[in-house]
Amino acid sequence: MSTLSLAVRDSSTMLRRNLLHMRRYPSMTFLLIGIPIIILLLFVYVFGGTLGAGLGPSGDRSQYANYVTPGILLITVVSAAQGTAISVAMDMTEGIIARFRTMSIFRPSVLTGHVLGSLVQTMLSLVAVILVALLVGFRPNANAVEWLAAIGVLAMVTFALTWLSVALGLVSDSVETASNLPMPLILLPFLGSGFVPTDSMPTAVRWFADYQPFTPVMETLRGLLLGTGIGANGIIAVVWCAVITVGCFLWAKALYNRNRTA
Amino acid sequence: MTSSMNPAIVATDLRKSYGDKVVLNGIDLMITEGTIFALLGPNGAGKTTTVQILSTLIDADGGNARIFGHDLTREPDAVRALIGVTGQFSAVDNLLTGRENLILMADLCHLDRAAGRRRIGDLLDQFDLTEAAGKPVSTYSGGMRRRLDLAMTLVGEPRVIFLDEPTTGLDPRSRRAMWHIIRALAAEGVTILLTTQYLEEADQLADRVAFLDHGRLIAEGTPRELKRLIPGGHVVLQFADQEGLDSAARTFDAATRDDAALTLQVPSDGGVGSLRSLLDQLDRASISVAGLSVHTPDLDDVFLTLTGQPDTRASRTDHERAPAR
Repeated sequence: MSTLSLAVRDSSTMLRRNLLHMRRYPSMTFLLIGIPIIILLLFVYVFGGTLGAGLGPSGDRSQYANYVTPGILLITVVSAAQGTAISVAMDMTEGIIARFRTMSIFRPSVLTGHVLGSLVQTMLSLVAVILVALLVGFRPNANAVEWLAAIGVLAMVTFALTWLSVALGLVSDSVETASNLPMPLILLPFLGSGFVPTDSMPTAVRWFADYQPFTPVMETLRGLLLGTGIGANGIIAVVWCAVITVGCFLWAKALYNRNRTA
Repeated sequence: MTSSMNPAIVATDLRKSYGDKVVLNGIDLMITEGTIFALLGPNGAGKTTTVQILSTLIDADGGNARIFGHDLTREPDAVRALIGVTGQFSAVDNLLTGRENLILMADLCHLDRAAGRRRIGDLLDQFDLTEAAGKPVSTYSGGMRRRLDLAMTLVGEPRVIFLDEPTTGLDPRSRRAMWHIIRALAAEGVTILLTTQYLEEADQLADRVAFLDHGRLIAEGTPRELKRLIPGGHVVLQFADQEGLDSAARTFDAATRDDAALTLQVPSDGGVGSLRSLLDQLDRASISVAGLSVHTPDLDDVFLTLTGQPDTRASRTDHERAPAR
């Protein structure tokens, strides 16, 4: 069997394993979907009136629901990534990983199985969160092509953050660490253009907010779904995601191969 | 075993250290195809490390090893295609059912669907797991889990199997069941390297035994050869009181007494004839004995003699013979 077909076959076997885990123990998935939905409801119904007024003279709660949804979508991706780090760390404590390492299989398939499984899980979470957002007043004006592009951007950022969380899961010496390490990621949409426009922030914070990777991703989503200007954000988002994906893939691979006595 | 047979595992001067701690200090092994080889030793002797190296899980710091001629470091995938490993800690997926675990293995061994199903059905039958096949492994008992673990190892029909303490923590019945399975595998021509801290297990199963102590092999041979390394057996007489012990000690001058335990250890080959004459002597001297046990030399004695120090598990035995020194 060629390396490529071996890689595809073993990765899809591992994907089946991870999907089976998720199907059998859905509580984790619900917990991960719950976090962005609660934040969404909190920001639309508690802060939405005031924050909406800050968007401009005609700003109100419904306009804020539109503004905040792209940020909430990234919170969804980050929340799912935290779940990935936890499940990778848990998996590494299982004896079956040692068995996989002694088998003649495509070696990274354990990791690709996790990544593909998380991709499926996150995309489903995003569908659920978008449905809730529509219920609370999110009114996108995107056409089919823009929707496809938005889904592509979400898949791209999910793929990047999933490889990051796989690496974080591998570098953690315990499940608790794996649960805590991705925590700062959830702050990034707040320290960006996710919840309020960055030009309302003090200079130092605004500088960070404008140049961190989540802001161009959120601006791109906002542009695709709501018709605001995208500018260079699209390209910047693609570059950030590519850099994170490649860097974290190499990091995760090195960690998995180094950590051979686990 | 005869040298004309195929060597399945050949290891030369394997070394491994973790920091300052030397775990393996030059191990040589030659294991013939189709035989059971037992690696015996106390905790921390290096048994698991040896298995981890030979199963490509970790790299040795020095030395080299081949499985059916394939070098461990240069052709790890060729080695992996030939071996199966059942480690000390169960290598099963607790979130899946028994059958799903076996299907996972069949898929990873790239069996086609029909062949995989057939093999899985056979293994479930053979390991008495058919009834539990649809239940999650997290509900399995220790014995069932161990049987599933081994069944998963066997899905790909490996020619060499590493069993790291396969019966540790099992009840006596499950242990016998596991022994039965291991013997059946060897009868089919599979080469088995097992580690154990139970000397009886090595005695029961192994064609050849090697003692590992502090990262070195201190003896190797068939169980019979190894037992020949140490002096013969003895009979232990247990007395109800000091008086009985005193008079018996006068009757058998070659004996060793233990005043604290009220026992007397009399050298004997353990045969019926010598036992009868021993009892006759006791009768003639009108000594009443509260209990009697016969000890033929076992691998425990060999291990203790060779290491010159008891491992913690065997301290009771050592205490028993302490007055002899």
